[in-house]
Amino acid sequence: MRYSAFSILKQAFAGNLGWKPAWREPQPKPHYDVIIVGGGGHGLATAYYLAKEFGIRNVAVVEKGYLGSGNVGRNTTIVRSNYMLPGNEPFYEFSLKLWEGLERELNYNVMFSQRGVINLYHNDGQRDRYVRRGNAMMMEGVAAELLDRETLKKMMPFLNFDHARFPIMGGLLQRRAGTARHDAVAWGFARGADRLGVDLIQNCEVTGIRRENGIVTGVETTKGFIGCNKLALAAAGNSSRVGEMAGLKLPIETHVLQAFVTEGLKPCLDHVVTYGAGHFYISQSDKGGLVFGAELDGYSSYAQRGNLATVEHVMEEGVAMIPGLSRVRVLRAWGGVMDMSMDGSPIIDRTPVENLYLNCGWCYGGFKATPASGFCFAHLIAKEESHHVARALRLDRFQRGFPIDELGAGTQPNLH
Amino acid sequence: MASLISCPHCGTRPKEEFYIRGDATPVRPAPLADDEAWHDYVHVRANPRGRIHEHWHHAAGCRRWLVVERDNFTHEVFAVTDAAAQKEGAA
Repeated sequence: MRYSAFSILKQAFAGNLGWKPAWREPQPKPHYDVIIVGGGGHGLATAYYLAKEFGIRNVAVVEKGYLGSGNVGRNTTIVRSNYMLPGNEPFYEFSLKLWEGLERELNYNVMFSQRGVINLYHNDGQRDRYVRRGNAMMMEGVAAELLDRETLKKMMPFLNFDHARFPIMGGLLQRRAGTARHDAVAWGFARGADRLGVDLIQNCEVTGIRRENGIVTGVETTKGFIGCNKLALAAAGNSSRVGEMAGLKLPIETHVLQAFVTEGLKPCLDHVVTYGAGHFYISQSDKGGLVFGAELDGYSSYAQRGNLATVEHVMEEGVAMIPGLSRVRVLRAWGGVMDMSMDGSPIIDRTPVENLYLNCGWCYGGFKATPASGFCFAHLIAKEESHHVARALRLDRFQRGFPIDELGAGTQPNLH
Repeated sequence: MASLISCPHCGTRPKEEFYIRGDATPVRPAPLADDEAWHDYVHVRANPRGRIHEHWHHAAGCRRWLVVERDNFTHEVFAVTDAAAQKEGAA
């Protein structure tokens, strides 16, 4: 069913009884051309683009819980492409361009809102770093603006400009960046893929990867064996565990990142703002809640919850940036488990195992990459070669000495 | 877990006193070991779900390196030992 003003009107007159489920609930077939492990944003986007762009429609997505029950349902919804390094910036810009046409493409309202992302700076060194980042973006054809203190004061008078240690001097603005409704992105891709014939199989956990003569032939699941020609892993958070089933050892550690949302407020925060003195970022959802997060809890964790010491730390950072935040009640806190790669950048590549493809290591920035990740992964699976914007995101880059260390933190996952 | 760590020298302290280094299982190869061995040590992690050993540094306390054995799914801590003591125990 295509959504349109006419379909809404028609359903309104028919008592809204004619809406159909957005996707089928099929039983697994014995064999598929491609099986994708992981029904999150990246897995669903991969399935969609495989069918749409590359004509491979005999595809299944297997998901251990329900669609979108992992990180795509547990993030802070920010979309941006203000990266610096050559291996990253073209990729995220490609993603942002896909975001800009996504609602029309999917016929689904993902509430994409280009409200602008501002990175604040607090000293001369940080300003110079953001000037460099802005220049690097412009060299890739991406607009960036440096805002001074006076301009920022007019835009956001509620910021703590005169903080004793971290006075706000200005910020780097990317106007085309913004937010999207995270669940709707998963649902939109799921519906799009389903309409193109992809089987979305929920509550189906992969328990083993079957290989014959070193070649992957299918997956053992809680719904039995499913055969495939190619197997694609997009199981962020659990990549190491799924990879291990095929004998892979990855440059990945799993960590927990907490996020928070406050009670609904009237519109007060028009942009996404990040606090350069720490690692704090905040935006206002369309429902009015302030959505914010900060750093990892620091230690490896598969539990989708964090500890209170980090909660306190995040609140401190938030209040240091916006003192008025201390008067707002936090409604919910949640944690996502994510692949932290050794250089802070993702991996989209073939693996040493034949017919096994890998999409992992998104650290805590995977949401903005959803469309490009799906597109590039589908390109790799269909054409057996990397998409040109994802060529640097190789699995063997660590070994060859070409890491993409965006943050300059070295090979330590809890620092990215 | 990890709001409090029981240091064998200082007692139970908040985690803010500690610096977390990460997985304690990789063993540093010999300086002239081949690239493969160094790649494994620097980049590759087993990353299991369940019981793990981790290096924590009691930076704001006794400044000793500790090995914390805990479950990274339930957050239960089983043991905290001094890294040097554990090394001797293993040898």
